[in-house]
Amino acid sequence: MKSTLLVGALLTAITTTGAFAQAIKLADVAELSGGGATVGTNWKNGIDLAIEEINAKGGVLGRKLEVTHADSQSNPGVARAQVQKALDAEPYVLLGPGYSGSVKVTAPLAAEAGIAQIMGGEAAELTQAGNKFLFRTSFGQQSSMPKVAKYIHDDMKAKSVAVVWVNNDFGRGGRDVVVKELERLGSKVVADLSTEAGQADFAADVGKIKAANPDAVFIYLNEEESARILKELKRQGVTAPLMGETTLIGQKVIELAGDAANGARGHVGLTTDAPVELIKGFRDRFSKKYNYVPDHNGLKGYLAVYMVKATTEKMGKVDSRAFADTLHGLTIKATEEPGILMDVTFDANGDIDRQSFLVEVVEGKQVVKQVLPKLK
Amino acid sequence: MSNLFDLLVAGLATGAIYALVAVGFTLLWQTSQTINFAQGEFVMLPAFLMLAAMHAGAPFWLAIILGILLSMILLGLAFKILLVDPMMRHGVLPLAIATMALAIGIKEAVKQFFSAEASPFPSVVPTGDISILGHAVSLQSIGVLLVAILAVFGLTTLLNRTSLGHQMQAAAQNPTVARIIGVPVERMILLTFLINAFLVALASLLITPIYLAKFSSGEVLGQAAFIAAIVGGFNQVRGAIAGGLLIGVLDNLAAAYVSTQYRAAVPMIFLIVVILFRPQGLLGRAEERTV
Repeated sequence: MKSTLLVGALLTAITTTGAFAQAIKLADVAELSGGGATVGTNWKNGIDLAIEEINAKGGVLGRKLEVTHADSQSNPGVARAQVQKALDAEPYVLLGPGYSGSVKVTAPLAAEAGIAQIMGGEAAELTQAGNKFLFRTSFGQQSSMPKVAKYIHDDMKAKSVAVVWVNNDFGRGGRDVVVKELERLGSKVVADLSTEAGQADFAADVGKIKAANPDAVFIYLNEEESARILKELKRQGVTAPLMGETTLIGQKVIELAGDAANGARGHVGLTTDAPVELIKGFRDRFSKKYNYVPDHNGLKGYLAVYMVKATTEKMGKVDSRAFADTLHGLTIKATEEPGILMDVTFDANGDIDRQSFLVEVVEGKQVVKQVLPKLK
Repeated sequence: MSNLFDLLVAGLATGAIYALVAVGFTLLWQTSQTINFAQGEFVMLPAFLMLAAMHAGAPFWLAIILGILLSMILLGLAFKILLVDPMMRHGVLPLAIATMALAIGIKEAVKQFFSAEASPFPSVVPTGDISILGHAVSLQSIGVLLVAILAVFGLTTLLNRTSLGHQMQAAAQNPTVARIIGVPVERMILLTFLINAFLVALASLLITPIYLAKFSSGEVLGQAAFIAAIVGGFNQVRGAIAGGLLIGVLDNLAAAYVSTQYRAAVPMIFLIVVILFRPQGLLGRAEERTV
């Protein structure tokens, strides 16, 4: 009995003072089930791939990275509980969630704990609340929607537009910015349709679009609902050009909607089909490891970890408190840190500036039609 | 007007699928007093069985046959023997709760063994349009409607025009007398379970290309079909059919002309109105409590 206790005590001592104590601990809370499972699973896999690569090359400042994954079930309430639990373990940086609604309720917790949160949410309001610990991995709606509205007005030459959006923080945020921009440019919003998250039947919504007979349709839904509405638009024979954001033309949407996705266009901050060598390399490594082509959420998760690496190496120390200050205003160049894939600059709000892409789905594949340069 | 026509066609197509599922509800209720709260999950599962068969290399047509057969074994035979028979003797309520537990079990199992993400599902009906009265109507809507009508027509013919159907009705209406006159009541009850399993597999085949294969897709369907069955009349097959079509159309019209946010509430409000003014359902017959 005595010897068992001794062995147990020795093992505990070894594991707490040995190699494990040296690891830099990250906590990830993501949508691993529920409506956002596509988002969360890609995000998680991107994180795991980045950590595997970094650790294989000796880690960050000689220390390995470790991550714990928790499932928010795509539910803001669960996300909040999971983030609180993750913060109690005092991680170096918090990763996720991907849904804006979940980010909104968890960001104050991370800020209160003084821990930087690198997340996937795109709602405009997230980085406008003065939170000094919150960072994006992709464009916020205030950066992407003006580009979308401009494209609909200038390139699609649409005088009337139907706007379909999902009634949550993400959808409402995008809808508000795009409608304002479209009206400013002189395109009339002839149908303004809110839909529900998880909605299965879009026959009535598409019926309304048909009745409005717009020059273009702007669709801003989550992936699964995007696929369902694309199928319904095809079923009801709507021929107006379709424009959206990343969520309209993502890999998962193409897989789910099949032929119905052809012709859909979207502004994309991140795409694995970008004509960028480093992104092609990422796509190959990801596809090899997980046997499927990642969507932009896989890229976001991957970039989040490399943001941690680049910022930490810039500081030259692992300092959770100084992390956020260092990342504000930081420009990370892909030539210096290939894992960041494209040059990126973070502003004082945690928003990013990076080049982006105009993509069209052609025969089931994302084809980049235009490269939109970095703003500054 | 064109919009209304489109909405009616889409609503009828969805309603026809609700009707298939609702008919199953009424069949189980009539023959074994089973309220199956897992009926929505019963619609979700066959699509995954078919997908599993396709992943194993089976062509689509074979996957459909295998999916339907497996559904009849799992959701018909096994459901009756392993869950309904042991629970039935304890009354309607424990059985209803057991089916709720089964619903959760099926959902979680699909999530664990397949995926929490949605999967695409091929359509048995080709995409494209045909022109009806000058309106372009999708072949998929027409196909769904036709298959569902054929299934319901086949079922009503079986029930009303064949000796087997008469025996099933006898077993449902008065099992004691049916036994006395030599109707194999147990076998008839089993047959209704198998028919229910066939109907849900068919509904699964028709609805999944539109809703996508997802572990949670049964929730909406189960609820809609349950409301349809009550609205139409829980004790009448024709009531369930009418209820299904009505709820399908009502849901679409509500989403278009009332509000997308409140669309789910409209069938419920309709249900409350029907219960208040015609408790036996629109086409149901009044039943007296036995206790």
